[in-house]
Amino acid sequence: MMNSNEIIDDIANKEYEFGFTTDIEMDIAPPGLNEDIIRFISAKKNEPEWLLEWRLKGFAAFKKMQFPSWQHFEMPELDLQALSYYAAPKKKKQLNSLDEVDPELLATFEKLGIPLNEQKALAGVAVDAVFDSVSVATTFKGKLKEMGVIFCSFGEAVQEYPDLVKKYLGTVVPHSDNIFAALNSAVFSDGSFTYIPKGVRCPMELSTYFRINAQNTGQFERTLIIADEGSYVSYLEGCTAPMRDENQLHAAVVELVALDHAEIKYSTVQNWYPGDKDGKGGIYNFVTKRGICKGNASKISWTQVETGSAITWKYPSVILQGDYSEGEFYSVAVVRNKQIADTGTKIHHIGKGTKSRIISKGISAGRGDNSYRGLVAVGPRADNARNFTQCDSLLIGNECGSHTFPYIESRNKTAMIEHEATTSKIGEDQIFYLNARGIDTEKAVALIVNGYVKEVLNQLPMEFAVEAQKLLSITLEGSVG
Amino acid sequence: MLTIKNLHAEVEGKQILKGINLEIGKGETHAIMGPNGSGKSSLASVLAGRDNYTVTEGEVWFNGKNLLDLSPEDRAREGVFLAFQYPVEIPGVSNLNFLKTALNEIRTYKGLPTIEGRDFLKLTKEKQQLVDFNANLMNRSLNEGFSGGEKKRNEIFQLAMLDPQLAILDETDSGLDIDALRIVSNGVNKLRDAEKSFVVITHYQRLLEYIVPDFVHVLYNGRIIKTGTKELALELEERGYDWLKEELHLKESV
Ligand SMILES: Nc1ncnc2c1ncn2[C@@H]1O[C@H](COP(=O)(O)OP(=O)(O)OP(=O)(O)O)[C@@H](O)[C@H]1O
Ligand SMILES: [Mg+2]
Repeated sequence: MMNSNEIIDDIANKEYEFGFTTDIEMDIAPPGLNEDIIRFISAKKNEPEWLLEWRLKGFAAFKKMQFPSWQHFEMPELDLQALSYYAAPKKKKQLNSLDEVDPELLATFEKLGIPLNEQKALAGVAVDAVFDSVSVATTFKGKLKEMGVIFCSFGEAVQEYPDLVKKYLGTVVPHSDNIFAALNSAVFSDGSFTYIPKGVRCPMELSTYFRINAQNTGQFERTLIIADEGSYVSYLEGCTAPMRDENQLHAAVVELVALDHAEIKYSTVQNWYPGDKDGKGGIYNFVTKRGICKGNASKISWTQVETGSAITWKYPSVILQGDYSEGEFYSVAVVRNKQIADTGTKIHHIGKGTKSRIISKGISAGRGDNSYRGLVAVGPRADNARNFTQCDSLLIGNECGSHTFPYIESRNKTAMIEHEATTSKIGEDQIFYLNARGIDTEKAVALIVNGYVKEVLNQLPMEFAVEAQKLLSITLEGSVG
Repeated sequence: MLTIKNLHAEVEGKQILKGINLEIGKGETHAIMGPNGSGKSSLASVLAGRDNYTVTEGEVWFNGKNLLDLSPEDRAREGVFLAFQYPVEIPGVSNLNFLKTALNEIRTYKGLPTIEGRDFLKLTKEKQQLVDFNANLMNRSLNEGFSGGEKKRNEIFQLAMLDPQLAILDETDSGLDIDALRIVSNGVNKLRDAEKSFVVITHYQRLLEYIVPDFVHVLYNGRIIKTGTKELALELEERGYDWLKEELHLKESV
């Protein structure tokens, strides 16, 4: 067994554990963003006409839009024409089983701790693995199918369940929602699709694992989850990318639909490559995530642990349309070195008796800059709506930044909205106190941070909570003293 | 067990310790007294390894090891314990989880198996009763919102749990009510044995009636200017420090 010092050394030398690249033959489209490439993607994926039209509408909207300027960081220069919008591992034909997946790809996911082989996989977790925008394998499909649960790649859903896709695609995040969502609508390559039938409690965790590998590409996946009446699903996404000097754009869209009495729990452990110490390289994580509680007494809960990316910019939101529906947002966002996060949530209370709960824990270290931005809007129909927001910031060192931008719009006098905020700092005297009890500095920071984020990590499925805890200590390694 | 030779230390460029010599044997209890600002807590901090203090001269040996070469956590693992004059609050970290981490770090360092689950709880209960520590405080965040006296008592509870060889108590008596002073002192006395040594920093001879020291030292202006037995504490209580200062000035002006 390693003693704690060896573990720390091990961690210290690790910098970013997932920075390797995979050598594999790829189909890559030439760089450039235009109608031709959109038609090319759509044709490659053998899509029906209506979907191509929807993509083109997204592109038309995109062309009319400007990059926003309200965010708390300087918009980096993005040369969208320089990117390639299609990159996929070469394969000969439709894959029928895992045996046909390129062994190099399977090995990559094993290295990431995501075995795609069902015998080796985590019991109780079904995985959809997305490699450079293309789903390469989905585990436990057969078992899920027995219960009527659909869990497959987006591309497959378009072929196999076009009616479901057509009915719900873009109903939560319209093709013109914002510039990145519009871009995604135009060029999205793949992603994950989930449907839980009426009254079914999904028997396992569903999980999507995203990996960017190719150079000069962006990743534009779409996730659509529909929980039919009275159903329940817990879904988790994870992600990593190689270390590269240039920045890479990740502009995904996630749409969740919960019908009457349905519940969706969506968890994210985000560990994209954050760039180096001086802020060179790293992923721009500009993602639109939104769920709608369409049905009465339905519930959507977002949990996110954001440790990676050069810039994290996202507001997983909930529209509480059904009466007595419930929305939750639990977040831990960590920045260090020169990372930036501008994240939070938007909760729209529309139905009566709707409830929401926001727990945000920001951690800033190094020269990182962390902003919480949150909107709680209560509409005129939302009698007796309730919101509770707790927004905490933890600072490590003197060079980091932390900001809070809460917005409240209430148009109903019976609404009750509570907001609490705290800022604290890990002090040298706290560290010394723990040192003086035999606990080294790395462990001391981990102890303090774990105590601080406990409330959020408790929301994650067990295995992932442990992973997330480890990830946090690795991320903060070396940020004190 | 502990040998301090000609120890000089400064903080923020200011010389605080100006040549401390002290020998503490196994099983001995030493009291250190002295006026405010004389350097008592500084001495404790230097021994524990606080890094804003710079040792400019001198040596400290602990059980044959050069203490000054060790990191603060390794000093603790070797068996040096400092009960802080001002224990800090650490929100979100439960007292018990903290203690378990500390105990197991120390045990791992010594090559002992870690103590988990029920064994840990059993040990906790035993020590909590030994020093009469309020069980309700064990599940709270470390020192967060504790009263001044509760914090001091938590230091003694930790002392009982971690079972060090050398414990330095920096004004553990200040802030304790009359009953607590007696209870805490009893706790400390129960922990005393032939293997363990104590350094008790205090302003009041009352504490020394409970925890009877083998030696009493007076620290003044960064030096130990007088050493005696427990009677010295009584004399200080009656006469204050001025006569010692005068003696010192007379000596120095010769
Ligand atoms: N960080 C620091 N910067 C500057 N001076 C310091 C610092 N820490 C301690 N000192 C000074 O060192 C001197 C000794 O302080 P110390 O706390 O050791 O005294 P003490 O004997 O414990 O006093 P008391 O009885 O009041 O607890 C004081 O003059 C104090 O102001
Ligand atoms: Mg003091």
